[in-house]
Amino acid sequence: MKKVVNRRASSPAVTRSEPRMNPAKLGILLFICAEIMFFAGLISAFAVFRFSPVQWPPAGQPRLPVQITAVNTIILLLSGVTFFLAFKALKAAKDNSFKNLLTATAALGLIFLLIQGVEWIHLLQFGLTVHSSIFGGFFYCLVGMHGFHVAGGMVALLFVVTRAWQGAYSSKVTLGVELCRMYWFFVVGLWPVLFALVYL
Amino acid sequence: MSHDSHKQSFISHYIFSTDHKMIAKQFLLLSIIMACLGGFMAYLIRWEVAFPNVPAPFFGLVSPDKFNAIITLHGTIMIFFVGMPFLAAFPSNFFIPLMIGARDMAFPKLNLASFWLTFTGAVLLVASFFVPGGPVAGGWVGYPPLSASSEFAGVKWGAALWILSLAMAFFSSSVGGLNYLVTVISLRAPGMTYSRVPMTVWFLLGSAVTFFFSVGPLIAGAFMLLMDNMFGTGFFLPAKGGEPMLWEHLFWFFGHPEVYVLFFPALGMGLDIMATFTRKPIFGYKLILGSTVGAITLSFIVWAHHMFLSGLNPVLATPFSITTILISIPFAIIIFCMFASLRHGAIRMELPFLWMVGFLATFLVGGLTGIFLGSASADIYLHGTYFVVAHFHYTLFPSVFFGGFSGVYYWFSKMYGRELNKKLGLLHLVLTFIFFNGTFWPLFRVGIGGMIRRIADPSFYPQYQQFANWNIFCTISAIALIASQAIFLWNIVWSMTHGPKAVKNPYDSNTLEWLADSPPPHGNWGAKLPIVTGDPYEYSKPGEAKDWRSQAQNL
Repeated sequence: MKKVVNRRASSPAVTRSEPRMNPAKLGILLFICAEIMFFAGLISAFAVFRFSPVQWPPAGQPRLPVQITAVNTIILLLSGVTFFLAFKALKAAKDNSFKNLLTATAALGLIFLLIQGVEWIHLLQFGLTVHSSIFGGFFYCLVGMHGFHVAGGMVALLFVVTRAWQGAYSSKVTLGVELCRMYWFFVVGLWPVLFALVYL
Repeated sequence: MSHDSHKQSFISHYIFSTDHKMIAKQFLLLSIIMACLGGFMAYLIRWEVAFPNVPAPFFGLVSPDKFNAIITLHGTIMIFFVGMPFLAAFPSNFFIPLMIGARDMAFPKLNLASFWLTFTGAVLLVASFFVPGGPVAGGWVGYPPLSASSEFAGVKWGAALWILSLAMAFFSSSVGGLNYLVTVISLRAPGMTYSRVPMTVWFLLGSAVTFFFSVGPLIAGAFMLLMDNMFGTGFFLPAKGGEPMLWEHLFWFFGHPEVYVLFFPALGMGLDIMATFTRKPIFGYKLILGSTVGAITLSFIVWAHHMFLSGLNPVLATPFSITTILISIPFAIIIFCMFASLRHGAIRMELPFLWMVGFLATFLVGGLTGIFLGSASADIYLHGTYFVVAHFHYTLFPSVFFGGFSGVYYWFSKMYGRELNKKLGLLHLVLTFIFFNGTFWPLFRVGIGGMIRRIADPSFYPQYQQFANWNIFCTISAIALIASQAIFLWNIVWSMTHGPKAVKNPYDSNTLEWLADSPPPHGNWGAKLPIVTGDPYEYSKPGEAKDWRSQAQNL
């Protein structure tokens, strides 16, 4: 990227053959872009109903658990912070705090998923289902899609945690952690938007 | 990175290959098979419109319910299982690594997955013929409420399979597009700066970017439609408080950019072919790229011009009309640059060039009739008539077939190491050109006359009797058009095994792929990568002995 050859120059100035930009990082970045477009579509579909003149949420539907989910939001955001710190520790070659912080990230992610699952069971018992109303349909689609992405991120995260405890990473070897971090930041960053739109 | 002495089993070489060239050939083969199926459906559609209630030879009576299913699947197959593999996946896989001097794609295994996803999608779509209730029959645009509940269409499993099949195609094209983008950004050969990248690669990238950023909302919509069908949500069902127009927005947000996804590759290949056969640089390399960026940007804000008559707020029609008319400006610039490229060229009237001219000539008609449809006031009259059918066949057929064939005729020798028969190729071109225009040109007239599309039996409506002869003329042309493609099939099958052996660079072309062997080996290049020292279009440089100079000199 940096070495731009003067196209009029006749002699070959560049002779390297290694990739110009890390393909894996670029791939994840583009993947996240496509994911953002997917959620943008889903959210704008939701917004058509959410901000229509018709009463929202519709009458007769169970209330969503705002407080507990707010706490859960903080838990997920915390996992973003621990991942951030874990990566800093890795860069600074503080191996132990890297492993602990990374494990904490995974634990926080799991707690988030667990609380979401328990709340879903409560809501189902209160009669909020996918076909009870458009409200229910969107709730499960939006929150479920996010949960599905967190679960996907968890798989990657648990893989990276396992590899970390096996000592696969060092301040020089960071690619796996970085890829996982990019994706995790995406699912963490997306959640407050969904929380504000769906719950509040 | 040496792949030279690489022994492979039959399965890893021909079926689960990670070699970009083999995957490209798989896409080509799949698209040809699906084109035969889609072409057969086109014949059935035309037969029923021209000879209503007469059993079609080789099939039987095309009853109205079958007619609806056939038009739906004809559209789906031709867009997603012919257009996308033939025009986007096949050339992207084959030529991006070769033209930028890479050994393979950035993610070969993802590439492998991309093909098998499309293949699975095609199998699911064909399988939908055999499920209870038959295939989906609500039109390829899948408008709800017809598509959202089996109560209305009587199709449950067919609809689910259709959505799943499209999902496979979307994922395939998305991971494919991701792969092409990453490959071009990170794997260009030494010296291959962005200003030295050939137009084919640029436009394939433009196609990938356009697809990549427009498909997300449609995947969201398809997910919701699947939920409506399978789990009883009512996102698109007014009876349950849903909003059918929402689907149309999500669909056309993707649907319109998709038109350019299928147009850009043809344009890119056309530009490369033009430079080679006019023996001069392309006029306005950067101007064309800038216009393309403009066109891509605008393509994301024109979608509602498909919905002028669907209950869209009329206030919104004007802005969407304006953006639609605006998008013709960058395309006009590109086309005029192509005309300017012809000027003072030492034109060699070879087959790929003639196909490319055929593409431009026919596409222009499609582009210009689009201006009528894009303006809301004219569209109110023309919407849903055969004028629209003629218009989009004049855009998609030239792109996919004229453009795609120009690429195949240009690069066939590189792909298979043998030359195609030129006389058969010329016959193929002449017949395709005549019968294509014979099929679709009269439909403009029929459409302006007011005949509505998607009607199985026009004889039912007295006001359409005046078009009966035109419809018979179109149908005979369509059958001849489909039959003419047999020449192409015979030509590739015969030439692959019996054609004269090809030389490395038969057209004295500059771009890198002509430096590789024909066909290129696994890994494309020998021990060293090409080192790029020149522009792709340095033809007829004053003061040089020969009229071309390869982009790399070290191989």
